[in-house]
Amino acid sequence: MARVVVDVMLKPEILDPQGQAIAGACSRLGFEGVGQVRQGKRFEVEVEGEADDTTLADVRRLAETLLANTVIEDFEVRVA
Amino acid sequence: MAARVGVVTFPGSLDDKDAARAVALSGAEPVALWHADADLKGVDAVVLPGGFSYGDYLRCGAIARFAPLMSELVPAARSGALPVLGICNGFQILCESHLLPGALTRNSSLRFVNRDQVLRVENTGTAWTGDYTGGQEVLVVLKSGEGSYVADEETLDDLEASGRVVVRYVGGNPNGSRRGIAGITNEHGNVVGLMPHPEHAVEALTGPSTDGLGFFTSVLGHLSAEAPAHA
Repeated sequence: MARVVVDVMLKPEILDPQGQAIAGACSRLGFEGVGQVRQGKRFEVEVEGEADDTTLADVRRLAETLLANTVIEDFEVRVA
Repeated sequence: MAARVGVVTFPGSLDDKDAARAVALSGAEPVALWHADADLKGVDAVVLPGGFSYGDYLRCGAIARFAPLMSELVPAARSGALPVLGICNGFQILCESHLLPGALTRNSSLRFVNRDQVLRVENTGTAWTGDYTGGQEVLVVLKSGEGSYVADEETLDDLEASGRVVVRYVGGNPNGSRRGIAGITNEHGNVVGLMPHPEHAVEALTGPSTDGLGFFTSVLGHLSAEAPAHA
């Protein structure tokens, strides 16, 4: 078993009102140094066997088919 | 013979009964379609209703897009042959299926919006808006938490230039949608998606108006023009 992590983030040009709300809470809590916050998703995908190039290519295909909407989101795939 | 208009039920669909009722009020025969059956039952048109298919897990409409029924619906819709109306969650499913460009994201206010909403009908050439007049303002219902329409500038320019913005919000932008877009169509005009709910504005008893009925009567006119057998 290997674990592959897929990080999904809204594209920089897409407004992230949740991130903005979190940034607002940060300043209310006294975390003055916090600037912009953007919220994303992390998927941990368990795969059978080694996380070799073929497996990573499969996970990348999974990410662009289902895990991310590439119209509004970018994703990164890496071995945990 | 009355036209047969399918209404799809996904797990978590909410407005399928209201959509079927609107179809019946328009004079067509509503046909219940089930997400897990790859069978359109020979319907003449399809409504993807509002709700929270698959609990909105992952992204709204992201899992419903892969339902067995969609494997039949998507090619028929993409070819321009099958009229499809996606309302609210149905619009989100159409965007996730890439039948319509762009995506729906969280309302800029972060609040669920539930109110009567005026829209301006800007394209009356689609399968679902032929009974309206250009520029007509209609009063329907808006109720959504992830109704902010987004697309890149090039796509937005293309939608505007080709007249594919079908309805736009009037009286302020309720959810941060780019350019106040409430609904769009595909290049053939057979697929229309919108966030507000015309099916909740078809009877004086329960709706703010009966303006929404025009979407459902329009498709009947479209079908009889396409196939004189229905006339």
